[in-house]
Amino acid sequence: MKAVVIVFPGSNCDRDIAVALRQVGAEVTMVWHKDTELPPALDIVAIPGGFSFGDYLRCGAIAAKSPICRSVVSFAQNGGFVLGVCNGFQVLTETGLLPGALMQNAGLKFLCKTVDLQVSNTESAFTQNYNRDQVISVPIAHHEGNYNVSPEDLAILHGENRIAFKYLDNPNGAMDDIAGVLSQNRRVLGMMPHPERAIDPLLNLSDGKPFFAGLMGRLAMA
Amino acid sequence: MKVQVNVMLKNGVLDPQGEAVNHALSALGYDSVKSVRQGKLIEIHLDENDLAAAEQKVRDMCEKLLANTVIESYSIKISG
Repeated sequence: MKAVVIVFPGSNCDRDIAVALRQVGAEVTMVWHKDTELPPALDIVAIPGGFSFGDYLRCGAIAAKSPICRSVVSFAQNGGFVLGVCNGFQVLTETGLLPGALMQNAGLKFLCKTVDLQVSNTESAFTQNYNRDQVISVPIAHHEGNYNVSPEDLAILHGENRIAFKYLDNPNGAMDDIAGVLSQNRRVLGMMPHPERAIDPLLNLSDGKPFFAGLMGRLAMA
Repeated sequence: MKVQVNVMLKNGVLDPQGEAVNHALSALGYDSVKSVRQGKLIEIHLDENDLAAAEQKVRDMCEKLLANTVIESYSIKISG
């Protein structure tokens, strides 16, 4: 499995997600935001968490217009797999690859803690190794994780079973407790929680392991 | 010419910052404050003489970058 991690000025989970991908055997290349082309024969692009461009204007807004993101959008439109975590999720909504927007947490506070998520969809490469409605513990660390989407798009997300994860105890005011959503072809996933921070028993969190193992299982077949 | 773009959360979208400011104003004794919405003001100096062309250009900027029209609305004010 060949993976790319995009690095923006202000990304700070780029190396964490590279570690998680390498742990399941992926060959990982870090790609700088000013690059215009993705490497060939690529299986997945990961957009990491952090504060790209200092969260100026809106979280993810500037990153979404960076040269490399044009290539990421066309990669996704051609059926490529893209994972956006935290700031990466914000970037994906700003590119239009995923519907909705992430607003400031309803409680106005930066939240950094481990939360319980319910796996709502198990029909994607990212979630296939979980059982439906399984509850997993994954850390969150964000100030803008309050998912907001138009009623029309929300109905589509429900209708097409594209909500990947839901919060059991909604920490940020997100609509319908949504923590992560999939694209229509289920190959683009954006989520606020950090599965890459839940892969090591040393950290007492390992519920992210099936996430990356599932991804590897699916992409190794491709 | 100078262009001012006002970006506000759409009506109906919860604005927790505005709510917090509203509470703080109430705490200061401003009882007549009914609601507060907070947005942002972006000033652009544009090398453009044609008013209509300028407005169209700034509208494009808003749609592409300055506002996220999923949750935000914008208004444009041009002064010569």
